[in-house]
Amino acid sequence: MIKQEEHPLKKVCIICAKGAIEDVYATLVMANGAVMEGIEAKVFFTFFGLDAITKKQMSKLHTSTVGNPAMRMPGGLPFPTLLGALPGVEAGVSAMMMKQMEALDMPPVDEFLDMITAGGGEIFACKLAADMFKLEKKDLSDHVIDIITIGEFYALAGGLNTQIIFT
Amino acid sequence: MATTNIAGVNVDINEEGYLTNPSKWTKEVAVEIAKEENIELTDKHFEVIDFLREENEKGTVITIRKVGKSGIVDIKGLYTLFPGGPLKKSSRIAGIAKPSSCV
Repeated sequence: MIKQEEHPLKKVCIICAKGAIEDVYATLVMANGAVMEGIEAKVFFTFFGLDAITKKQMSKLHTSTVGNPAMRMPGGLPFPTLLGALPGVEAGVSAMMMKQMEALDMPPVDEFLDMITAGGGEIFACKLAADMFKLEKKDLSDHVIDIITIGEFYALAGGLNTQIIFT
Repeated sequence: MATTNIAGVNVDINEEGYLTNPSKWTKEVAVEIAKEENIELTDKHFEVIDFLREENEKGTVITIRKVGKSGIVDIKGLYTLFPGGPLKKSSRIAGIAKPSSCV
């Protein structure tokens, strides 16, 4: 049998293209988890993921209550899609979800970015998507280092034992 | 699990190098474990360690965020004190179990 040699991860480059709570938090937890393990982390927000680093939107993220088959009522009963479509339901469910995460010490997005950058993690925005949504550097969180192209992001992903993760 | 002698104390450590019984911990043990992590302990380190041990005693699930809100050190400061694995290294030096939280 060939003995596999282990090569611990040195760097993760995480791409977040969606702006729902669970997409953004998956990215944030992985990035923060990386820096806590001494792994370098670079995070690239693109398309709707930009909401997570846009000053106006970052504290107003929602989860989708329609078209989400895993969404359940408290107690475990299925959550009817038609109910999820009623005004205010999505906001209420999203607020509840944020509260539950807060109880597990998952902070609001801005504070999470504080934690990640405190550990040396770096945050970037996608140029193409920023152009598309007409966003400039000043519209984005101060934690964002720069608005860069995907080519520039790949350039940051060099080096042995680097992984690119798309959430 | 193995028994080893650190700073004159017989302690049980698990395969990842964490003490299995926090009550066996002494400051001298901390200094020796910190040396393995290439960290020289200062008073600030011990403040963090004391906080972790107290919280652990209370049964708290310790997160990096809680340490950051402890008033002892901010998160950036914690990374400076325990580079390359702030919560894992500080927990190991504090003689408590490996952190069980993802944040």
